[in-house]
Amino acid sequence: MAHPENEVLAHLAEIVSEETGIDTAEIQLDKSFTDDLDIDSLSMMTIVTLAEEKFDVRIPDEEVKNLVTVGDAVKFIAAQD
Amino acid sequence: MTQMTIRRGPEFSRILGLGVARGENVVTNDDIAGPIESSDEWIRQRTGIVTRVRANEDTSVLDLAESASRDAIARAGIEPEEIDTVILSTITFPHMTPGGAPTLADRLGASPAAAWDISAACAGYCYAIGQADALVRSGQSRNVLVIGAEKMSDFVDPTDRSISFLLGDGAGAVVIGASDHAAIGPTIWGSDGSGADLIRQTNSWLELREDRSLPFPTLRQEGQSVFKWASFKMAPVASAAIEAAGLTPDDIKAFIPHQANVRIIDQMVKQIGLPEHVAIARDIADSGNTSAASIPLATERLYRDGAVSSGDLALQIGFGAGLVYAAQVIELP
Repeated sequence: MAHPENEVLAHLAEIVSEETGIDTAEIQLDKSFTDDLDIDSLSMMTIVTLAEEKFDVRIPDEEVKNLVTVGDAVKFIAAQD
Repeated sequence: MTQMTIRRGPEFSRILGLGVARGENVVTNDDIAGPIESSDEWIRQRTGIVTRVRANEDTSVLDLAESASRDAIARAGIEPEEIDTVILSTITFPHMTPGGAPTLADRLGASPAAAWDISAACAGYCYAIGQADALVRSGQSRNVLVIGAEKMSDFVDPTDRSISFLLGDGAGAVVIGASDHAAIGPTIWGSDGSGADLIRQTNSWLELREDRSLPFPTLRQEGQSVFKWASFKMAPVASAAIEAAGLTPDDIKAFIPHQANVRIIDQMVKQIGLPEHVAIARDIADSGNTSAASIPLATERLYRDGAVSSGDLALQIGFGAGLVYAAQVIELP
């Protein structure tokens, strides 16, 4: 079942906050994981894995490089069945 | 009809003694950062490695294995000729054939022990422990020498940003023999060949034969994919090893995973849900990733740091190129 984008953002922000300590309010759609949130490639894989578990979706490893912003990730997850 | 006689072994096996050898040279991050355009800070932050140990050019992987083995046999309180089986786990013995184990057995004075090499990369030590436990309990072997030995520095590319900068040299050996109580838990092991490309040799020997302009084969890895697999898929394997031994995480005194990356180790600790009292092996900070040797090296480090003592239960798990993995709970010698 697809997930509404606002719901995905809320949960994803919790996951990112848990991994990085960044306040959830700062985790917005236009933020870049690397440039704005200073998340490195290994933390990104942790976030991706926890998101897969949370939303019961699969995010292929080769797709992760395309998830530049929080919005990219939200859209990708929300589009999954 | 005459029946065959089948040997029966003891009910249990245990580790009788541990020995290790590390590369002679301490290599700092600054020493290797230049060709990969990196820095001490970046390497520490991404891997937890501060230094790695590498052997002299004229020190061979068998030299490291022999040194560790002599210590292990002495600590086991037996003579080399009482070793009847030698299992050498290595991916860096530089001959396709013969294997290194028969030569090692001969150098140790253990001939005519059965002797063979196994290739299970960073899981090789735990694979060999599983084999040795089964061999002793079946009655096939009395005293098995298990060695994880690597000279990774022979197969690194100084310009490779994926894995070479992690790697170090060393060897760890244990002797496994009969026990009057359960001291090696069931081995939980497996493989996933669909991930064969995630950690690999750059080109095959045949490709090198066909095209002599190719570089000497070295190692590469897909770091992010390996991180994800190791951090999240290996925790259930480790948990299964605890459960298979009839234990709970509270019973474990030390966690000794393959020393691949401190970020993997930390995530595994979280995923397994290990309690605060468990000593976590982080020898990678000083020794680097020594593949099959990393678990015994990290075990020795825990003793040296006073974090464990004889009789403590340790959870160990190896995982790596294949992909392959193996875990078991052991009683420390």
